[in-house]
Amino acid sequence: MSYLAYNAKYVPTGFRKLMFMNWAIIVLLTAVAGYGFIMLYSVAGGSADPWMSAQIKRFGVGMAMLVGVAMVPIWFWRNVSAVAFGVSVLLLIAVELFGAVGMGAQRWIDLGFMRLQPSELTKITLVMILAAYYDWLPTDKTSRPLWVLVPVMIILFPTFLVLRQPDLGTALLLLMGGATIMFLAGVHWAYFATVFAAGIAALVAVFQGRGTSWQLLKDYQYRRIDTFLDPSNDPLGAGYHITQAKIALGSGGWTGRGFMQGTQSRLNFLPEKHTDFIFTTLAEEFGFVGAFALLILYVLIILFCVASAMGNKDRFASLLTLGVAMTFFLFFAVNMAMVTGLAPVVGVPLPLVSYGGSAMLVLLIAFGLVQSAHVHRPR
Amino acid sequence: MKRNTKDVDESARRISRRALVVGAVQLGIVGGLGLRMQSLQIKQADQFRLLAEENRINIRLIPPARGLIFDLNGRPIAANEQNYRIVMVREDAGDVGEVLERLTKLVPLDPEDLARAMEEMRRRSPFVPVTIADRLTWEDVARVNVNTPALPGITAEVGLSRVYPWGADLGHVVGYVGPVSDYDLSRIDDQDPLLQIPKFQIGKTGAENKLERRLRGTAGTKRIEVNAVGRVMRELDRKEGNSGADVQLTIDARLQSYVQARLDNESAGAVVLDLENGDLRAVASAPTFDPNMFVRGISVANWRDLNENKYRPLAAKAVQGTYPPGSTFKMVTVLAALEDGKVTPEETVRCKGWVDVYGTRFHCWKRAGHGNMNLHDSLKQSCDSYYYEISQRVGIDKIAAMARKLGLGIKHDLPLSAVAAGLAPDKAWKKKVRNEDWRIGDTVNASIGQGYVLSSPLQLAIMAGRLATGRTITPRLIRAIDGVEEPSGLGEDLGLNENYLRRVRAAMTDVSNNARGTAYRSRINVPDMKMAGKTGTSQVRRITAEERARGVTRNADLPWERRDHALFVSFAPVENPRFAVAVIVEHGGGGSTIAAPIARDIMLQALYDGEPPLDAYPSADRGRIAEQQRKIRERVPPGSKGQDRA
Repeated sequence: MSYLAYNAKYVPTGFRKLMFMNWAIIVLLTAVAGYGFIMLYSVAGGSADPWMSAQIKRFGVGMAMLVGVAMVPIWFWRNVSAVAFGVSVLLLIAVELFGAVGMGAQRWIDLGFMRLQPSELTKITLVMILAAYYDWLPTDKTSRPLWVLVPVMIILFPTFLVLRQPDLGTALLLLMGGATIMFLAGVHWAYFATVFAAGIAALVAVFQGRGTSWQLLKDYQYRRIDTFLDPSNDPLGAGYHITQAKIALGSGGWTGRGFMQGTQSRLNFLPEKHTDFIFTTLAEEFGFVGAFALLILYVLIILFCVASAMGNKDRFASLLTLGVAMTFFLFFAVNMAMVTGLAPVVGVPLPLVSYGGSAMLVLLIAFGLVQSAHVHRPR
Repeated sequence: MKRNTKDVDESARRISRRALVVGAVQLGIVGGLGLRMQSLQIKQADQFRLLAEENRINIRLIPPARGLIFDLNGRPIAANEQNYRIVMVREDAGDVGEVLERLTKLVPLDPEDLARAMEEMRRRSPFVPVTIADRLTWEDVARVNVNTPALPGITAEVGLSRVYPWGADLGHVVGYVGPVSDYDLSRIDDQDPLLQIPKFQIGKTGAENKLERRLRGTAGTKRIEVNAVGRVMRELDRKEGNSGADVQLTIDARLQSYVQARLDNESAGAVVLDLENGDLRAVASAPTFDPNMFVRGISVANWRDLNENKYRPLAAKAVQGTYPPGSTFKMVTVLAALEDGKVTPEETVRCKGWVDVYGTRFHCWKRAGHGNMNLHDSLKQSCDSYYYEISQRVGIDKIAAMARKLGLGIKHDLPLSAVAAGLAPDKAWKKKVRNEDWRIGDTVNASIGQGYVLSSPLQLAIMAGRLATGRTITPRLIRAIDGVEEPSGLGEDLGLNENYLRRVRAAMTDVSNNARGTAYRSRINVPDMKMAGKTGTSQVRRITAEERARGVTRNADLPWERRDHALFVSFAPVENPRFAVAVIVEHGGGGSTIAAPIARDIMLQALYDGEPPLDAYPSADRGRIAEQQRKIRERVPPGSKGQDRA
């Protein structure tokens, strides 16, 4: 509805749209993905197979989808937000049912050319529906309890489904991404302060309750927390991976051990070195300089997104852009915190660098939405 | 629904404000991540670099080749033999069962070893080589190598293992090597990391044990890179160690072999001492054992046989066994008395068959008595009464001092497992050890080498050597280490009256050259190679009055372990002594009938550096000797390797 609400006479049409895309973000995304290709080549022991070539193909497909999504007017995407969210939730339920029937802990659906993880898809559709919700909701109602409860339900339902898979990392991303959009939309501070305080209280209760009659978690769950807090407690068990990851990171030093010279990854001391822990290989081989450079690239992507959002008067568009940026931020921040030992190992890939189809495609589609918002912004 | 511009702007401004807050939080988190990276990668970089190196680099020791041991003439007596084994790498083999089945057709495999290897392969990582068969012949290995294409994962490896070409003949001298045990580690103060290598071989007994540090050499090292599961990726560098020093012993392996053969099945010990330099040419103990058996891993049955044999094959009797020296001690007693001026060479003592000492009757071995005896005759005929008498005049302390001067009752430093000190008793010793006063009867017993006196064949050979040369000969077993010769064992003059020594030597010469001498039948029949000697027959029990009454005094009537020891000490040639030989046959009977012929045969073998001509023997014995020589020539000592002994 809102296309007509703005003065859209400057909105480009046809292939001219390409020129109005946010090319800085495209270049940065490509740079990050290129960094990833180099690392995948390295962890394969100096071979394009099995990972790098497949990843390049996926990136190509993803980029085409990004452009495709960017060509479609942003109001179309807003109008299909509810449908997209509904579909992704249905897919989550489908996966849940497959699991219940006895297919094992299956998180994906085979589409033939790729495996689609509904939980990945949900990361964008949740952002879309929340942005659409706040676009629709009159601003004066934003902080009213009933209107706060609606988006909370929207967030918690898929989060609950994902948590059951179980995929703690994605659940965390959904929760925090959703909450951020609510915050950006202008929900009152007090709600967040309350939830935050409640969270702290819960944490305290969990730790204080340990060993007493009202202990809240199972013993093995406490042990996992112990291992996270001090990996050296369990050097050959769960703590092994994080210890080895830290050794890899630390041994990189300022400038790293050199391309394909990382002993920790080459000799298989690192776990999941082509997926979730690829950052450790990067940091080992290219050192602090290389790792920090990646961090800068990520920050630049966020900055360009935020700049684009702030320059966009359309509520849906700016909330969507900021939501995507936040999701992207959560991806790399959680991953880096995890491999540097600041957060427990929850299984979040390093965006655009880790090997993996779903996450990359979904992210590129999300950035397609950002581009669409940028191209079709009211001027 | 149309939105008014004010609402839109207001909403956009609010989003921008909140976006800045979120951005600030994000920047804070990014800053935190940056700091974390800085802390890990810059502050703690050295520490993590070290941990990464520790992860990947393993240092492996390269065991050095053990030093060789040669005899006096350069014949190897402890060597390193190439030892072939077959190892299998599971991941290269594919179908393990089928490959092993094919292997069984080529090489004889022990099913038990095979089962153990299969079990080990299941347990260990697929890339770890597991030994399937050890100690294979070159032929077996060649068959395996030819069939390599049909045997994936199978490789032949070569290692070194210790081998003793002379087998049992030198068992007591060289000893043997074996894998380091926990007991070894607890007992020896040795930080050498080589000892931590599984199955590393160290000397367990004999020269192998005593010369361990020189023979072992020093470890080389190689640094290898391993991956997370321990697979060896590559060798980074390698530093070779030094192989152990080669040792040349003074033993003449051929003479030693002869001595072992001559002792044969007796429980006996014999020592041949070179009087020019104190070299031990042969140190033989019988029965003996094959050291190769220990290197290969001795079977329970063999071990039990060695341990339960009443002749104690594992005891090195030549240096470790101590026996009452019996009459061979008489030279000590008489020299002590002569030097002390308590008797003169010509002075006679009357032997009536016994001597009463404060109510105790001491018998001479000759019931009827020898009549008047001087130094010469008393030694030649081994009259006991003479010594009963003169020992009381000189006293035990002087006798003990003379014994020590001649090499008895003191420990000689040799690189052998157990070198006994023997015992030259005196008053202080008895007081200290037994807390009893010395009695005159003890002196009388000691005067003929009975009672508390104990000596080993080694000590008796040294005594004979010192008597023959008048010099402080000390035994030497190592000729050279790594080509550097050890100091000679020919020492200072003993400081004894040369006239007295000559008298004693003359008497010893007559022992085996005068028709009335106790060892006349064991004489050497070559004028310039005459042998001087002294017989000894030492009792291991007292003959009770009851036995004497019953007439049970003949050895043959007694059980083996209660029979007398037979002893003989000798040197030759009389004019220019070159060798001293001492022989003890445990519970063998009479020194003149059992020990003296053995000593004579050994002496001739040493003098002729090989088999002596038959006319060196008294004519009556030549037929028997020829037969004996033939038997020894044809003998193959247990565990020896003919081709290596050349």
